[in-house]
Amino acid sequence: MKRYVLSVLVENHSGVLSRVSGLFSRRGYNIDSLSVGETEDPNVSRMTIVVRGDEYILEQIKKQLNKLIDVIKVIELKPEQSVYRELVLIKVGVATHQRPEVIEIVNIFRGRIVDVASESLMIEITGDEAKVSALISMLEPYGIKEMIRTGLTALERGNKEIKQHNKYEEE
Amino acid sequence: MKAADAIVECLKKEEVTTVFGYPGAAIMPLYEALRKSPIRHVLVRQEQAAAHSASGYARTSGKVGVCIATSGPGATNLITGIATAYMDSIPLVAFTGQVKSTLIGRDVFQEVDITGATEPFIKHSYLVKDAKDLPRIIKEAFHIAKTGRPGPVLIDIPVDMQNENIEFSYDEEVNIRGYKPTYIGHIGQIKRALRRFKDSKKPIICIGGGIVSAKAEKELLAFAEKSKIPVVCTLMGLGGMDHNSPYYIGMIGSHGDKVANKAVSEADVAVFMGARIADRATGGSKLFAKNADIIHIDVDPAEIGKNLGTSIPVVGDVKNILEQFLEMAQPLNTDEWVKYLTDLKQSDIKNRKPSSNVNPKYAIQLLSEVLDQNAILVADVGQNQMWSARNFKIFDERKFFTSGGLGTMGYSLPAAIGAAIAAPNRQVVATMGDGGFQMSFFELATLKQNKVKLIILLFNNEGLGMVREMQYKNYKAEYGVNLSGNPDFIKLADAYGIKGRRVLQDDELKEVFDEAIHSDETFLIECIVDPKESTL
Repeated sequence: MKRYVLSVLVENHSGVLSRVSGLFSRRGYNIDSLSVGETEDPNVSRMTIVVRGDEYILEQIKKQLNKLIDVIKVIELKPEQSVYRELVLIKVGVATHQRPEVIEIVNIFRGRIVDVASESLMIEITGDEAKVSALISMLEPYGIKEMIRTGLTALERGNKEIKQHNKYEEE
Repeated sequence: MKAADAIVECLKKEEVTTVFGYPGAAIMPLYEALRKSPIRHVLVRQEQAAAHSASGYARTSGKVGVCIATSGPGATNLITGIATAYMDSIPLVAFTGQVKSTLIGRDVFQEVDITGATEPFIKHSYLVKDAKDLPRIIKEAFHIAKTGRPGPVLIDIPVDMQNENIEFSYDEEVNIRGYKPTYIGHIGQIKRALRRFKDSKKPIICIGGGIVSAKAEKELLAFAEKSKIPVVCTLMGLGGMDHNSPYYIGMIGSHGDKVANKAVSEADVAVFMGARIADRATGGSKLFAKNADIIHIDVDPAEIGKNLGTSIPVVGDVKNILEQFLEMAQPLNTDEWVKYLTDLKQSDIKNRKPSSNVNPKYAIQLLSEVLDQNAILVADVGQNQMWSARNFKIFDERKFFTSGGLGTMGYSLPAAIGAAIAAPNRQVVATMGDGGFQMSFFELATLKQNKVKLIILLFNNEGLGMVREMQYKNYKAEYGVNLSGNPDFIKLADAYGIKGRRVLQDDELKEVFDEAIHSDETFLIECIVDPKESTL
């Protein structure tokens, strides 16, 4: 079982998210995360889906997604050729005397403190998975009260755009 | 003009002459527009039959079948029909009424989320949000239904939108950026496939429903005969290859011909054309085509590599690809292989087993001899389906179809009605069992109302034959398959004003078939069949 990141261009019609997630659940594909938002073109949205499976499943997922009329393009974003990012908000339990050390950790990771309260701090961080996971493990001893991760989003490096990819790989 | 009238104008632009439907409150404005139009509306007796009739109509005419239902229960009754069409890739456009747009989501009277409900087994669906979009939506829906791998498309129209005034203009072109099927095969792949053939000693072609829907029967026959490659077919491919050709071997699958299955298992190169090769065709075995290099030709790239490990995939319309093949085809060195298979085929032919009741296999063979060369046979599901598939001779313009993918009982009667309406000058026979008949017999009223002439061949073995056979095989006992309490089918037909005769013995068949064929009206033939009669 490997992890693959797919970037999917879809028509910005209502129900598209439901069609895509319905496709995954009905065919039994495993989704680790799904993030979606508008692109430069307001009629087109872009989904970043992290799936888990083998080569056969990946091939089927790409082909079944392409069958959906609302799906315009599906490409795989390989780790060496793409930039992966995730945004996380973490609410850590921090007593007043601990605040300086936590602030120090956050600065080392180049994160930001976005909220202060008497017994907690809210930290915002963006980065690739490794960086985000490292910060979370540094903060765990203090007690993480709440946390939310957006899930991976990614773009291909270099000059090429998703629109320039062929719809189907050369067989 | 009113949107409902615009919908009718769109149907006319799409050359729709017949629709099958059942009205209700939410679809009333469209019905008013239909009343004023030249389009023929066939009123069914349950919406599932509207979808099946549209399917039979589509398969016979080559056009897109159209069915119409109201919101709520009308729409949900279409679901089985839509799933049936989806599994067999039949071009259908279904129009459903929907509650007033401002009331959607509030669980009002006769409201269902039909676009959500049909999502798993539909090619595409639309919920109309702005009446102005209707002409574009209808144009797209017909395009999607009949191109690429055909399939059902649903358009859900809130009742208030049907009454709105809109500008009517029908685009000549469709441009859907997410939908651009590939029709021309990649020349490199085609050459690879032909090279692989050149060295093969035991090639086999296996065809599926794609040959029929692409109307590629002539190209296939020409290619098979020019290259001297024997052909087998799946249940859905029956009729794609003329049974009289010396290269036609038989049907594969769990209920197929032994020689056909043997041919696939011994082949060194197997070409699958327009077939998805699911579990019934492979017999569920991992050893299917184990000795062969597999070439898979299909217009739907998702099917290639899904069930079979494919060495050479070719995506495209099978008719185009066969034409390209024909240009470069060379006769292969297969005389020994073909002789081996045709000898086996001859030796497989069994003698008729004596029976105290009607032998259904003999009945279908006899039917093959007396029907016209352009007759249409529509089979239901179960033993009657396999008796029909295995014994009906298909050549010249004959046609055979059934619910292959979903296996929906009750399909054959409404589908045969659709076929007869599409081809009023051809003989149409519907075969079914006593189980399947009772799932849709109410369509006898539709048949009567529309003056349709069918020959209905009902095999009565007082039960669900195929399930019963499987139960005995696995558990040595039957349960829940006994259909005692069956009505007197001849009396039932008579109640609808339909003639019929019960047949108890094989020697009565010829006379009854003659009577049915020469009758001007529908004729029901009820054959009493031994419950222990085997499928194979």
